[in-house]
Amino acid sequence: MPLDPSFIGRTYPPTAFYEVGREKIREFAEAVGDANPVYLDADAAKALGHSDVIAPPTFAFVLSYRAAAQVVEDPELGLDFSRVVHGDQRFVYSRPVRAGDRLAVTCVIESIKSLAGNDVLSVRGELHEESGEHVVTAHMMLVARAAEGE
Amino acid sequence: MSALVNYDDVEVGTALPAQSFPVTRATLVRYAGASGDFNPIHWNTAVGLPNVIGHGMFTMAEAIRVVTDWLGDPGAVVEYGVRFTKPVVVPDDGVGALIEVSAKVAVKLDDRRVRVDLLATSAGEKVLGMSRAVVQLA
Repeated sequence: MPLDPSFIGRTYPPTAFYEVGREKIREFAEAVGDANPVYLDADAAKALGHSDVIAPPTFAFVLSYRAAAQVVEDPELGLDFSRVVHGDQRFVYSRPVRAGDRLAVTCVIESIKSLAGNDVLSVRGELHEESGEHVVTAHMMLVARAAEGE
Repeated sequence: MSALVNYDDVEVGTALPAQSFPVTRATLVRYAGASGDFNPIHWNTAVGLPNVIGHGMFTMAEAIRVVTDWLGDPGAVVEYGVRFTKPVVVPDDGVGALIEVSAKVAVKLDDRRVRVDLLATSAGEKVLGMSRAVVQLA
């Protein structure tokens, strides 16, 4: 059954704060093989004007993906996650994520479309620091392929 | 935030230094742990796909390194988006796959910003489409 378009605009409650740690940033940077010292060394980061080590650009997905579970597992929405593929991803930054940030994610369903029998779901995750400062917005588009026989 | 590249020194068509990124099963297991994405299609062939495929987000993370290494300061990335067009197939043969990334300046924008368009391929297939970053130059 196609997803219900009345869910467009639905806003989920902000997640609990996620505290970004230096060692988590290091772990992520090492996992993507990126030895840029701005991710690993606070002095190198300060030399570029950052108050502490910053995270690689796609690190925000660690938080936005976790938060999107609220949407993809929403029983009322009824998305069949076993049929879902990641269609596209975009980040819009006010500033880089950095160590010491306490970030909450607010998910909003931006759009629901049906294309050739597939459901196309766009979810926006807004990442705000505890102070209220906007840090980054993550836009994720998921495609749920049509079930067999539909 | 201070990119090492000056806006006045780049033109539309300026190529960034291309890079290639190897990816093995071990790379994917490590990325799964660091990112929290434990979807078994990225490490287990027993789930129905003919081979293990890399995380799209891993490819996205590698591709932007061409831009951040050029910039010096990754904090100068203002916007970054991709479309996942084909999976990166990662065989368990000790060699794995190679993600090849090139990029060039596509548009000079206002406020000393430029749009960089990226091309990412693996085994001759384009794995990212509409891959674009907006960056703040000095």
